[in-house]
Amino acid sequence: MSLDRTDVERIAHLARLEVGEQELAAYAETLSRILGLIEQMNAVDTEGIAPMSHPLDAGLRFRADEVTETDQREVFQGIAPSAQAGLYLVPKVIE
Amino acid sequence: MEWETVIGLEVHVQLLTKSKLFSGSSTRFGAEPNTQACAVDIALPGVLPVMNKEAARMAVKFGLAVGATINRRSVFARKNYFYPDLPKGYQISQYELPVVQLGKLVIDVDGERKEIGITRAHLEEDAGKSLHEEFEGLTGIDLNRAGTPLLEIVSEPDMRSAREAVAYLKKLHVLVRYLGICDGNMQEGSFRCDANVSVRPRGQHAFGTRAELKNINSFRFVEKAIEYEIARQIDLIEGGGKVVQETRLYDSVRNETRSMRSKEEAHDYRYFPDPDLLPLQLEAGFIEETAKSLPELPDAKRERFVREYGLTAYDAEVLTGAHEIADYYEAAVRAVPGQSKLTANWIIGDLSGYLNRDNLEVTAAPVTADMLAGLVRRIADNTISGKIAKEIFEAMWGGEGDADAVIEKKGLRQITDGSAIERVIEDIMAQNPKQLEQYRCGQEKLFGFFVGQVMKATQGKANPAQVNELLRKKLSGTPA
Repeated sequence: MSLDRTDVERIAHLARLEVGEQELAAYAETLSRILGLIEQMNAVDTEGIAPMSHPLDAGLRFRADEVTETDQREVFQGIAPSAQAGLYLVPKVIE
Repeated sequence: MEWETVIGLEVHVQLLTKSKLFSGSSTRFGAEPNTQACAVDIALPGVLPVMNKEAARMAVKFGLAVGATINRRSVFARKNYFYPDLPKGYQISQYELPVVQLGKLVIDVDGERKEIGITRAHLEEDAGKSLHEEFEGLTGIDLNRAGTPLLEIVSEPDMRSAREAVAYLKKLHVLVRYLGICDGNMQEGSFRCDANVSVRPRGQHAFGTRAELKNINSFRFVEKAIEYEIARQIDLIEGGGKVVQETRLYDSVRNETRSMRSKEEAHDYRYFPDPDLLPLQLEAGFIEETAKSLPELPDAKRERFVREYGLTAYDAEVLTGAHEIADYYEAAVRAVPGQSKLTANWIIGDLSGYLNRDNLEVTAAPVTADMLAGLVRRIADNTISGKIAKEIFEAMWGGEGDADAVIEKKGLRQITDGSAIERVIEDIMAQNPKQLEQYRCGQEKLFGFFVGQVMKATQGKANPAQVNELLRKKLSGTPA
């Protein structure tokens, strides 16, 4: 399987990445090579092997259900581009 | 053509934890914007999620209660999309390996039992809130809700009518409240429902194209939205059109569904296992311990109420509709054993009426279970009539003390002294010779008139059964 320019444009859009016109071909080629590697791995017989979701052979650590955080709104909003009335402001999102 | 409706529901249940799914921020509702959104919730660089154990326990509780498989190992995945109220650019959810799989819920519709399959239930975090109205050309973002734990419960497409969907939803609502894993508050968004609705010609095996309905935040709207959508799809197909797979928003003011977005690639979430989180592994001991902590479930409680208290199926259903009501009932019955039916009537009737009128939860009722039991006791031992009892109930509700205190204070003790009632009857007969004459000439409906007069003269305190009996004798002229 290989990717063409349209695929790259679509993936870039989904990830909100700006990819210049002249870069498309290069990305299409390198990303296709990654897919080639995946295909190679896909060809291996994995019957009876549990899929790995994480490289560490361990389980999740839990925390107790306790409120440990305090209000730091002023600190956080101090570095926000725009905030008012306690809200972070962003360009209008139209549904 | 005859059409068959196919409905599956996705319910988002906000878990009643104190802190968020992956951070130590408070989940309390109604705080000032962004005062409960920490560095993890707003996705500052370098932060890492740490899982709340209680959220896992609540998910397991639910799974056990619906007879599902609890996956000893489940995996968190990233669901990628861009929206300003999702600071990380992805939602932590579960995809291929959810914590709960393959359960079921039994519903009753028109006396018919039906099993609705539960495909899965998975843990995920909620997003923040976008406020579009307040700022010109800008959207305000409140991230207090971001990271709040949700259990998304996905049903099989097993429902065939809007009423079945509502029955399932109500059943689920009662269950999560019994389990103490959700407050069930639909106005505050603690219990949210999306419905996948499609139609197909009856007898056809393959499903039709479905529309996903959102924004249906009450049981009534769920029913109306689904019914509107069924009619829309049938009209569309019969008119030669085709149903498009899309998300539709329900508008309760206009009672219609509207296409929300047919955004291209909207559903390409590019899930992948979250590298920040190891698999969620549950020890057998943890699951066993959780199983032991399960309360008596609604169906079991309803059956027990019928068996133990001799209630009708309907009464038992109403009384077990919320565990708080059931607890209230059992506390009252313990205080007046043997009066289970009368107590049930008072709870289903007057108590519920007053609670609705004053918009109160039963746990905040001014008339406690003990007080109601005290009232029932006085009805049962004939101290007061049922009619006077209503007056006393109102006084108790108004804070005038328990039943005995109100009876004493207002002198409401029932007159059961036969000779006293007889004297009243004799007076009334003497004052109404014309009616007496007519009655004795065969106008028997005047009996009610005399009952009314006796009750009026005794301010409703005469024992009604005795009044009837004595009146009959006196009016007919039979010697007492």
